[in-house]
Amino acid sequence: MLENATPLISLDSAGLFRDGRWLVRGVDLELRPGEIVTLIGPNGSGKSTTAKMALGILTPSEGTARRRDRLVVGYVPQRVSIDWTLPLSVERFMRLTGRLARREADDAMAATGVEHLRHAEVRTLSGGEFQRVMLARAIARKPDLLVLDEPVQGVDFTGEIALYELIGQIRDKIGCGILLISHDLHVVMAATDRVICLNGHVCCSGTPTVVASSEAYRTLFGGRAAPALAVYEHSHDHTHLPDGRVQHADGTITDHCHPDDGHHHDGAAKREKEHGSAG
Amino acid sequence: MLDDFFSRALIAGVGVALVAGPLGCFIVWRRLAYFGDTLSHAALLGVALAFLLEVNITLTVFAVSALISVALLFLQKRATLSADSLLGLLAHSALALGLVALAFMSWVRMDLMGFLFGDILAVSRVDIAVIYIGGAAVLGVLALIWRPLFAATVNQEIADAEGTRPARANFVFMLLMAAVIAISMKIVGVLLITAMLIIPAAAARRFSTGPEQMAVLAAAIGAACVVAGLFGSLEWDTPSGPSIVVAALVFFLISVSPIAGLILRLIRASPVSNRG
Repeated sequence: MLENATPLISLDSAGLFRDGRWLVRGVDLELRPGEIVTLIGPNGSGKSTTAKMALGILTPSEGTARRRDRLVVGYVPQRVSIDWTLPLSVERFMRLTGRLARREADDAMAATGVEHLRHAEVRTLSGGEFQRVMLARAIARKPDLLVLDEPVQGVDFTGEIALYELIGQIRDKIGCGILLISHDLHVVMAATDRVICLNGHVCCSGTPTVVASSEAYRTLFGGRAAPALAVYEHSHDHTHLPDGRVQHADGTITDHCHPDDGHHHDGAAKREKEHGSAG
Repeated sequence: MLDDFFSRALIAGVGVALVAGPLGCFIVWRRLAYFGDTLSHAALLGVALAFLLEVNITLTVFAVSALISVALLFLQKRATLSADSLLGLLAHSALALGLVALAFMSWVRMDLMGFLFGDILAVSRVDIAVIYIGGAAVLGVLALIWRPLFAATVNQEIADAEGTRPARANFVFMLLMAAVIAISMKIVGVLLITAMLIIPAAAARRFSTGPEQMAVLAAAIGAACVVAGLFGSLEWDTPSGPSIVVAALVFFLISVSPIAGLILRLIRASPVSNRG
């Protein structure tokens, strides 16, 4: 059923060239209503850039980025700093980009547990509180697409699990598509439908193994974490060396790693298969 | 009442302050003080051009300021200079160009000091009409773009992602700045316009809990500064434009002093204002 829905966003071999280098290249990404896609990768691997291309904040230098018409977006960027000169309460922040009925704002704040902060000034909030306020603001809009850039930063392990559970509930309740960015390379949200591992390009992608389904993982993370977390097992056909060069499975070393250098037969084949089944 | 030059000065000054306050808040929030300076310095170039082409001064100043802000947007995207160097370059080049051009026009007899520091006591009824009609238009447009402009001020990327078109709001804001400079030049002069924009807003900050409230408060404080400054200049025979700015400075100093903190605590402790 979901397969047939029009994608909310789609990137087609999108790449961004800035200041003499490719920040990210050759990204294919589709997100349909009700789907959760997690982007993972090390720092500077182009996760945020990819999300910004999908959102239309950045225009791809090659390839295309498409969004569905009249797409309502809720966006939680990685870093937001509120200047001292800005008098801004949580309540006003909730209405930043659009009108909001009081009920809607209240419900969203209750969902993320920040109702008591309604009158607080935004810049006095702690990191974790601000993160939840930003999430409340984004979901209060009843978005078709929710983009969360490292939503669990500054949140402890228990908080992280609670937040993942909440994100899952949000998806179930409003049926939006969610693009989640995480710097954790191995542990992702259990409700994730697809994981895309980036490092300047798509290194690999696939579905994670839910923690609850493996005895060993369950022991490792503890019972409470089991339903919320999943472990992603990478399947790379190449290694990124410290100097930025790339070593491929066949032992050759190249300066870059992008789809047309001939080392990604696997990836290309997989993409074709996916396209085939989607159509 | 309009027959009296002092009443005309008061009315004109208050009119300018009411418009400058809300706009000034955005200048404070977005750290654009130097940008305001650049636009107002460029206003003198506008004056010179108006004399040269024998056209309306206010409209020419608006056009030149608007052109400079568009040039800035453009240069910021490609130039290798940092934004503040670029602003300094444009501000003082435009000011110098204006002064040189006026010196060449030996047939023009004008009061240069009036343009640099304002000549509020020479305000005519037409000036008042220009200030109030132009000012109402500026405030009207500002109200229309308020939400997208404020969203872009808080976070450009959220505003962009959620479709409030921040680029458009930013562009309209630049035009509003140019308009305010054009209509307030006569009151405080090109060298002191930025003060009218930022000092009342800065004084309003401590007493504000929301952006809309701060805008209204900045307008009110600005109006009070004009009244205090003009009566001061009458009393002590000081130049009117600088007197208004000095009055604004006094308001600002009071707002950051412990006395204001005390008053603030009293107000917040009372149950009436606690509903926020």
